[in-house]
Amino acid sequence: MVRIFGFLVGVGFVAVAAWSLLWGAIAFLGEEHVTTVEHRFHKEPRSLALASDGPFGKYDDRQLQRGFQVYKEVCSSCHSLGYVAFRNLEDLGYEEAEVKAIADQWTTQVPSVDPKTGEAATRKAIPADKFPSPYPNEVAARAGNNNALPPDLSLITKAREGGAAYVYSLLTGYQNPPASLPAESRPGKGLHFNPYFANLNIAMPPPLTADGQVSYADGTAATRDQMAKDVAAFLTWTAEPRLENRHGAGLAVLVFLIIATVLAYMAYQNIWHGSPRRVRETGPLDPGNMAKRDAASREAGIEGN
Amino acid sequence: MSFPWAQEYQPKSGFMRWLDERLPLPRLVYGSVGGGYPVPRNLNYFWNFGVLAGIALTIQIVTGIILAMHFIPSGDHAFQSVEHIMRDVNQGWLLRYAHANGASFFFIVTYIHIFRGIYYGSYKAPRELVWMLGLVILLLMMATAFMGYVLPWGQMSFWGAKVITGLFGAIPLVGEPIQHWLLGGYAPDEATLNRFFSLHYLLPFVIAGVVILHIWALHIPGSSNPTGVEVKTPQDTLPFHPFYTAKDGFGLGIFLILLAFVVFFAPNYLGHADNYIPANPLSTPAHIVPEWYFWPFYAILRAFTVDFILPAKLWGVLAMFSAILLLFFLPWLDPSPVRSGSYRPRFRQFFWILVLDIFVLGYCGGRPPEEPFVMISQIATMYYFAHFLIILPILSRVERTLPLPNSIAESVLHGEAAEAAPADLSGARPAAAE
Amino acid sequence: MRRRPLHHAPHGPPPLEIEGRNARAKCLLAKRRPRGYQARQAANRGAGRADARTALFALGAASGLLSPAFSGRGELCIRFEPLKDVMATVGHSDATSAAAPNDGLDRRDFINIAAVSFAGVGAAATLYPLINQMNPSADVLALASIEVDIAAIEPGQAIKTIFRKQPLFVRHLTPQEIAAANAVPVGELRDPQTLAERTKEGKQQWLITMGVCTHLGCVPLGASEGENRGQFGGYFCPCHGSHYDTAARVRKGPAPKNLEVPDYVFKSDTVVTVGEVA
Repeated sequence: MVRIFGFLVGVGFVAVAAWSLLWGAIAFLGEEHVTTVEHRFHKEPRSLALASDGPFGKYDDRQLQRGFQVYKEVCSSCHSLGYVAFRNLEDLGYEEAEVKAIADQWTTQVPSVDPKTGEAATRKAIPADKFPSPYPNEVAARAGNNNALPPDLSLITKAREGGAAYVYSLLTGYQNPPASLPAESRPGKGLHFNPYFANLNIAMPPPLTADGQVSYADGTAATRDQMAKDVAAFLTWTAEPRLENRHGAGLAVLVFLIIATVLAYMAYQNIWHGSPRRVRETGPLDPGNMAKRDAASREAGIEGN
Repeated sequence: MSFPWAQEYQPKSGFMRWLDERLPLPRLVYGSVGGGYPVPRNLNYFWNFGVLAGIALTIQIVTGIILAMHFIPSGDHAFQSVEHIMRDVNQGWLLRYAHANGASFFFIVTYIHIFRGIYYGSYKAPRELVWMLGLVILLLMMATAFMGYVLPWGQMSFWGAKVITGLFGAIPLVGEPIQHWLLGGYAPDEATLNRFFSLHYLLPFVIAGVVILHIWALHIPGSSNPTGVEVKTPQDTLPFHPFYTAKDGFGLGIFLILLAFVVFFAPNYLGHADNYIPANPLSTPAHIVPEWYFWPFYAILRAFTVDFILPAKLWGVLAMFSAILLLFFLPWLDPSPVRSGSYRPRFRQFFWILVLDIFVLGYCGGRPPEEPFVMISQIATMYYFAHFLIILPILSRVERTLPLPNSIAESVLHGEAAEAAPADLSGARPAAAE
Repeated sequence: MRRRPLHHAPHGPPPLEIEGRNARAKCLLAKRRPRGYQARQAANRGAGRADARTALFALGAASGLLSPAFSGRGELCIRFEPLKDVMATVGHSDATSAAAPNDGLDRRDFINIAAVSFAGVGAAATLYPLINQMNPSADVLALASIEVDIAAIEPGQAIKTIFRKQPLFVRHLTPQEIAAANAVPVGELRDPQTLAERTKEGKQQWLITMGVCTHLGCVPLGASEGENRGQFGGYFCPCHGSHYDTAARVRKGPAPKNLEVPDYVFKSDTVVTVGEVA
């Protein structure tokens, strides 16, 4: 009964799927295969090697400080960093007093309430505050950026395929649109061609325009390439501040587990030692022995197997 | 539990005797996982996966309860509270990554456990109920995982919830009211997030209850084994403790190594980048995909693209649910008296095609719904239904099986089949050679 | 071959036996049919009494002279009998050698003990993050100390602010208030403290206390303009009528202690860091 009904149900689904397949195949084979414009012109991110790559990776604090400087001087006017607190900057090697100064002098202030009048006001940031957003809300952000919303950068390297490599490629990838780009895909007003961006035309104008845009405190030459690398590394840190803890703990845990598993295996073999997997050929199931055993069973009045 | 030679619990100390007389819990433990539970001696490593699934459930419950101490189930704060856990809560990053990747490992282990059941015929009499309870667990797991993924309120959380709750709208007549009832609104919002949090907290305990029933139902006939031949004599078995506790301990070590590697060194590999973007109801991600363990079902759902009496969307929903529901009937769809795939060569071949088919479905489910993946998933869907509903019932009638060993002990001593002239299907044994 | 006494019927047909190293433990040591691992455990437990005999039996078994059998009670015993005619058993192959010398027992058990200990250490270590996560998180600890700007507080004025999620009173005492506080005989106080003990040296005019009544935790009145300052000119708690004086010491009412003075440090004449130990 079950099988008959099941058979009919099965035939039903197979038939309907086949019907979809048929029409799908006709459509697929019939129409000409058009690759989208994005498919033709989009580029995969260029590779970027960072100190934090790999299972033993550690952050390069000097690079992170440079990247923070780029964020501060170039990106923070439009992009918030709302999940990072000023106090987290101590991870980059800044002293407590330096962090306090950075917070105190941050261009955007933190929203607060005027204690006397109760009106909305702002106050200077303290290290416990998160980085304040340059815009009070999304509407203001769009108004100031041609109706485009500059995304928060705290998690950007985890929120994009390609991670830090994508950010680096994007920042250094601005170029003139190739001649073969179809007219309807050319950047309109307020858009800029960038092949590393999924839709090819991005609303953000090229942020790194010239070498030496930022003068690094440690004296490194601030080429556009260098600045892009440094800010990509910095943004990797903002997305994964606990990366070093994670790698360190991971190594310890794995070493422990490997030793524990080896011991467990030895204990397992130990306990099973002798419980037969193989036995000598003249064993219990030689017909002679089987016969004896059956005879003994019968004698004892015990039912057979 | 049901074997007469099972050792009986002997309380070792005065206190244990006192306890045992009042609440036979030690006796229960002894009789189910201790020295008092005889288990076939020939189990292979595929029998480790049930225990591993139980451990994965425990890990999820422990990490989940702790995460719930910090998570805020409100649309405004959910995403931020998860970041708070990742950045500020002591070892919060570890708990979050363990919970997210633990779910993936729970599914890996469960799927292998299920495939073991299909290959070795563990679903056959007298263990049909064990099988069906297991499927109930799978359905509960899927519901729990789906709701859990919505909680961080990222782009995939929101849009995944939108798609899946939208499926209910495909039900004719009552679909839309049901959808609004589920959502608590017209689209996933505050109400949805809150109720998903509540249910996500509840369901794992329901799963735990069903797991207890699952193990209880198993312990009545006892575990099956790779030969599919039932336990007949004391020589066929070993006490669970210490033999299989040791083996499970080793298996657990391997499982934890793999889990630790993913949690500590590749914690976002199995996830999707879009879920690190806060949910935006006004902006759809380029490709909406669920987590990898749903991909085969997602492929089946999307395989039906053309209306046929019913709308294509409804066919997809029916097929997706039927794909799991038909498994409930497997004991009756495949009534072959030979249990184990080890002795059913033809069945074995089709089994491996099924495994390949499910992998293909899984791969297609993770791709965008473009050609040629849609056509491939259509073919794969056809095979899936054909395998269980057409091929298996016919196969059990017409296949030629290999002769079974007389007993587990026999097969263990001389390896599988052959030498000691095992019985064939009818139970007759060839004349003993001298 | 001599017929061997058999098991009780309920235990099924007699087990088959295997010769050689798969010998059995003494029936005296085993409760029921011993299996290898348990046999060794049993052997270890009975070690004190049974050493010599175990060794002898072991020797006997190994030399093939002894063989296992079942006593009438269904327990295994060693019997003196050549093994070679005995049928092989599977059931007692699990009884691995009592034939091994005691060294072998200890070495084998050591591995088991080591494995379990390692697992135990791992379990304990796993417990640490599970418990530590409930400790205050980093953002809470960041607000464990705050800076208060006291420049704008005139003598006779006080401000209320939040410190570790609780009210904090910062009061600029007038010379009269200081004199009144110092005039009180300390011995009469329920919680004897001088004003000097409750303020910093050279900064006696700055009284910084928690705004939490020490009775049951209400917020006392008196910090803001126009609030009732009680009979002693300091703070007054309306919940159960505790009165605090100009040094915020309890003078009347059910409160047992003076308002708590938190750790604080003067960073400058106008900035105080509360929550930092001096």
